[in-house]
Amino acid sequence: MDASPIPQEYLGILLLLLFGILFGVLTLFVGRFFRLSRPYHEKLIAYESGNEPTEAPRMRFSVKFYLIAILFVVFDVEAIYLYPWAVSYDRLGLFALVEMLLFIFLLLVGYVYAWKKGVLQWEK
Amino acid sequence: MTILLMLVQIIVLFVLVMLHVAYATYFERKIIGHMQVRLGPMQVGWHGLLQPIADGIKSFFKEDIIPEQADRPTFMAAPIICLVAMMTSLAVLPFAKGWVLADINIGLLFIFAMSSLASYGVVLAGWASNSKFSFLGGLRSMAQVISYEIAMGLSLVGVMLMSGSLNLTQIVEAQGNSILGMYLLPQCIGFFVFFISMLAETNRVPFDLPEAETELVSGYCTEYSGMRYAIFFMAEYIGMMVMAAIGTVCFLGGWNGPFAVPFFPPLWFLLKIYLFMFIFIWIRATLPRYRYDQLMDLGWKLLIPLALVNIVVTACLKAMIG
Repeated sequence: MDASPIPQEYLGILLLLLFGILFGVLTLFVGRFFRLSRPYHEKLIAYESGNEPTEAPRMRFSVKFYLIAILFVVFDVEAIYLYPWAVSYDRLGLFALVEMLLFIFLLLVGYVYAWKKGVLQWEK
Repeated sequence: MTILLMLVQIIVLFVLVMLHVAYATYFERKIIGHMQVRLGPMQVGWHGLLQPIADGIKSFFKEDIIPEQADRPTFMAAPIICLVAMMTSLAVLPFAKGWVLADINIGLLFIFAMSSLASYGVVLAGWASNSKFSFLGGLRSMAQVISYEIAMGLSLVGVMLMSGSLNLTQIVEAQGNSILGMYLLPQCIGFFVFFISMLAETNRVPFDLPEAETELVSGYCTEYSGMRYAIFFMAEYIGMMVMAAIGTVCFLGGWNGPFAVPFFPPLWFLLKIYLFMFIFIWIRATLPRYRYDQLMDLGWKLLIPLALVNIVVTACLKAMIG
């Protein structure tokens, strides 16, 4: 085997990644010499239907977004746990099935709790 | 030497994908036009065939406006994050047997990782623009994408159970001996969940709330113009194609077709992707937009339980049949 630090299969991904960055940066950079640029204050203010922006845009927003983010972490970790189980299910046998059913059941308890607490309800 | 060969492959892939992006926009306008009894673009070239090229040139020469209040580095980085994340997922797609840039054993997981990264671009764009519409659009998009990502991640567990692999090539090959050579029928619940979350993940109608023009102007890309906007646009269309490709690989049997095509093995794969793209456009011409609370309800209260049921049923059936 070769001693390169990157496994061979990932080389294509790395190259495509670099190519993508290069394409994005270069088109924007080269375009700078071709496109016109006539900035003035009115053009550069944030769009708010033609008025001067009234207050700071990064205002307080609904706490629901935080709850969704926290729930996402729980459920996404669950999904990630399911992947290795699903891939090696053939080799693990019945024991894995029972264990995973228990795991899903425990998650369902949390899910039902969140539902009952009204976290999943966007508007009351 | 391998690097040089790979670079050539990457450039070919890139040019082809960009052509597909350009003509996907053309066909979108044409198809929606005809569905609404209009003609669509007709002026540039024969039946408007050169329209996407003209659009590309136009956006390249357009003025690049960065608002005074914007956070400049983040504002400039956001479209590139989107584009790079979407483009990188192209590397693991198997267009035909052996026609894959990076045949890694965690292909599906890699695509999920990349599509999560792309949502960073959207959130950062919304935050950096320092405009109310962008900010709300970015927030909405974040909540929508992460909600449906769970449903999508769970809907594919059934496919992993049946094929026993995360490698996209092996998933296609494992489908060979199921009905019609595809997982569409045995995994019909999974496909249903996947298809709806696919529309939501790519911010397409009826789930295009992040850029709902009647309430949020243009959502997270309100403040973007010229080439930066075009890069967001490209990223969105590449994202659609990647999702169509995942649907093809996991449920429609990948490059396998009724008969083998001699000189051009990816033909069936491409046709299936075109079918998905046509359905994307068809849905856009047909359905009205969801309300935000309905969208969240659908994702959390219907799709996630359905996907879990699908996993349990698939696992139990597989244990019984062996």
